[in-house]
Amino acid sequence: MSEMTNMSAFEIAESVNNQTVTATSVVEKSLALAEALNSKLNAFLAIDREGALRAAAKVDSIIASGGSPGRLAGVPIALKDNMCKVGLPTTCGSRILQGWIPPYDATVTKLLESEGAIIVGKTNLDEFAMGSSTENSAYGPTLNPVDLTRVPGGSSGGSASSVAAGIVPVALGSDTGGSIRQPASLCGVVGVKPTYGRVSRYGLVAFASSLDQIGPFSSSVMDSALTLEVIAGFDLKDSTSYDEQMGSLSAQKGLSVEGLRVGMVTEFVEGSDLEVVSALRDAANALTSLGADVVEISIPETKLGLSAYYLIAPAEASSNLARFDGVRFGLRVEGSNIEETNVLTRTKGFGAEVKRRIMLGTYALSSGYYDAYYAKAQQVRTLIKSGFERAYQQVDVLISPVSPTTAFKLGEKSLDPLAMYLSDVCTIPSNLAGHPAMSMPYALDSKGLPIGVQILAPALREDLMFRLAFALEGSSTGAPSLDDSIKEAINRG
Amino acid sequence: MANAETDLKDLGVRGESDFLPDGWELVCGLEVHTELKTKTKLFCGCANVFGAQANTNVCPTCLGLPGSLPVLNERALEIAAMIGLALSAKVQASIFHRKNYFYPDMPKDFQISQYDIPLNADGYLILPSGKRIGIERAHVEEDTGKITHLGGASGRIHGAERALIDYNRSGVPLVEIVSRPDIASPEEAREYVSELRSTLVAIGASDGKMEEGSLRVDANVSVRPIGETPFRTRCEIKNLNSLRSLVRAITFEAHRQVAAYLAGEKVTQQTRHWDESAGRTVALRNKEEAEDYRYFPEPDLVPLRPSEEWIEGLRSQLGELPKERRARLVESLGLTDTNDQIETAISVELYPFARSALAAGLDPKITVARCANELASLAPLDESFEISWFVELLRMETNGEVSATQAKSILAEVAKNLISPKAAQERLGFSQLTDDQLTKTINEAILQNPKEWERFRTGEAQLQGFFVGKIMKATSGKADGKAVVRILLATAEQR
Ligand SMILES: [Zn+2]
Repeated sequence: MSEMTNMSAFEIAESVNNQTVTATSVVEKSLALAEALNSKLNAFLAIDREGALRAAAKVDSIIASGGSPGRLAGVPIALKDNMCKVGLPTTCGSRILQGWIPPYDATVTKLLESEGAIIVGKTNLDEFAMGSSTENSAYGPTLNPVDLTRVPGGSSGGSASSVAAGIVPVALGSDTGGSIRQPASLCGVVGVKPTYGRVSRYGLVAFASSLDQIGPFSSSVMDSALTLEVIAGFDLKDSTSYDEQMGSLSAQKGLSVEGLRVGMVTEFVEGSDLEVVSALRDAANALTSLGADVVEISIPETKLGLSAYYLIAPAEASSNLARFDGVRFGLRVEGSNIEETNVLTRTKGFGAEVKRRIMLGTYALSSGYYDAYYAKAQQVRTLIKSGFERAYQQVDVLISPVSPTTAFKLGEKSLDPLAMYLSDVCTIPSNLAGHPAMSMPYALDSKGLPIGVQILAPALREDLMFRLAFALEGSSTGAPSLDDSIKEAINRG
Repeated sequence: MANAETDLKDLGVRGESDFLPDGWELVCGLEVHTELKTKTKLFCGCANVFGAQANTNVCPTCLGLPGSLPVLNERALEIAAMIGLALSAKVQASIFHRKNYFYPDMPKDFQISQYDIPLNADGYLILPSGKRIGIERAHVEEDTGKITHLGGASGRIHGAERALIDYNRSGVPLVEIVSRPDIASPEEAREYVSELRSTLVAIGASDGKMEEGSLRVDANVSVRPIGETPFRTRCEIKNLNSLRSLVRAITFEAHRQVAAYLAGEKVTQQTRHWDESAGRTVALRNKEEAEDYRYFPEPDLVPLRPSEEWIEGLRSQLGELPKERRARLVESLGLTDTNDQIETAISVELYPFARSALAAGLDPKITVARCANELASLAPLDESFEISWFVELLRMETNGEVSATQAKSILAEVAKNLISPKAAQERLGFSQLTDDQLTKTINEAILQNPKEWERFRTGEAQLQGFFVGKIMKATSGKADGKAVVRILLATAEQR
């Protein structure tokens, strides 16, 4: 069975369309594995056995009647639990949304399903995507399938963990400051944050609207390319979505990187662990041997990223999360008047990290502080963008570490917010600039933990980014060995 | 000494510019919110209609459901810019902001509005009196839902047992028009709102219905001794639901403030509620209690950059403004001032009819009367009701092809069946009688009523009605009254 579940999305869609396997059998295996592993990983907050099998049967019947269900026919996909799908709860990992079932589909949900993909469940996350370890979920932490004593990263930890464990070939996450790339790096899978506006945010519960972007996780570069091709595009329902066409990503496979100018970002290398830096240098050497021209490049403005981010993101969050007030949906703790109901509901419904960021953001926007904090942070954002643009006059793409460290132990950083925030120091600048970036699993550290390499590209140049990723895939050490107890559970299944 | 909470009844002179005690003047600015007449809401596709069953015109966006996003209604933006142009304002590049505060009628707990850079800035409105009132800004924002409080004594949020919320109004497009503090009397405030209302109705921006809340007014009121330059503390008055309330509330509030100053008290900056039945304003909250709205640019919407062509396109759509329309009708009627008929005829729906009939050289008096009376009573007119039909009918009436009474019936028939006046005339059987046929009927009437005829012929003019009635009866009302009189008089001359 593990053979079939280890099929890539590309292979599944091909086999289902060729009628060598049925969507139902693929989805059944994925569900069985999800159910078997969830007690260990806590990667899923909801597994939709009934809905997934119904959708798979529909795909099979389309095939049987000679139709074509689409490019992702029968591919089991998991959604981070901050994206809406009719009929399934969306909790955002928060108690405040417990039991809320959205009456509408996110645009990404519609696009995936319109290409025959099967949504098998919703994955765990740091509450409202605020965190870097998935320990901030109100429904318990997700574990890293490579080492169950370690975090999978976050906030899209459930999606990263479920792909790394082979439960699904593809999962969607959202990336506001690194929430796709950092867990991808820590779990040893591919994770892509597209250009801001490339994928519609309609139906993604907002954390920080000007930074949030949906993207795929997958084991192979091709599967992410395929998935992004399906979910990218202009959406009338999202005014910030781009109408520029995205070039084919899957067509980048096998294209030469000869002559491509690659910059290694000095500032991101500086604070990273030795083994992480060494993996990056190996990647740089591999690219050089493929004919790319690798140079070190400094973008000093990126050093300001973390502090700007921790003003802009909480400020937007403080406003986006105001609607969770106990009036219309989710948790309601009745008070003697409306203000008291608001306060009691929010006090009980939100976790510590969410409250911390709401307070921070409220403060940053308050009259008398706006100019010193929020407005200043926006100026820094402009600086960072121009720093990247300057770099892109000299090089075509950038590479850097994704996370300064490999997967850390559960509880290791959860009591020290600042240490946790530093996990995203290399990923945050791309969100501030709105540029695409991805995490490519490349090596393992001495403990066997995955190390990712980040590839960054100018706005709307996902094609270049993928060309480099496909090129690096050849010299990557491949998937990490899973935790023994996970292996056992898979084999038992 | 005057009591600061004096009842309005004791105040004597109302409304006029010298309504305050000697040596004091009013400084007043108005904030007028107008709902825009669009088919759909500002940021979603839900219908923008008044009076639908509660919570039926709602969707994820106007309910503020998690994950929903706003998308700007282009037509709302066009109308908003037309308001700016009608107020001679500068239509400029602008952005949306979020105004953050918790209130259950606002599903997102923030309102999408405009803050430091509004769509329209720096305009003015000239009142019929000739006074120019400055307009600081006219910006676009979304309306809130509507709360009904049940139980409790006050009908307000505190003390109520339960509240029901209807989100049909949530997300309806609004434009807030903020005047400069140029208004010097309660009567001028009335004149301003009334002229603004005509302007909004004239350009099709609003239906101007204060009673349905599609036009809402807040007044900023302060007073100062005449000759003093700086402004004194102002109070904002809410809940002004009619022009009458507006005048009464400003009058009361100005007197209250003067009385306070005369008593050696201070006026504190407050938001005050107009209590219509008590005839007084009461404090709602002081400035220190005012919320910090934590405005910041709305990240889900893109900046607005209106192009010159777009603005000029809207300017050409605007047509004549109420002031120009009024002037045209006053002049063509040979009057010196406007009247009720003219005020009705300049509305957005009727004016194109009046304009075309006048351009065709038809009688201005008949034109304005038919617009303001008959046509107005048939409104709202179907979109396929052709202006040329109205012009043709007036021509028929002016030429005497149909009588005035017939013209009115024909107009109703045209509106009902959307057919040409000729077709309507035929359908109603109104073929005009010739002079010969009329003369014959008149002669018969004379033979049957010789005594009455003799009296009429020798000068008893009041008997004219008697004969007209007889002839109308004999012709089943098909005769043209004017022609009957003409022939009657001519016959009397001859005999
Ligand atoms: Zn709606």
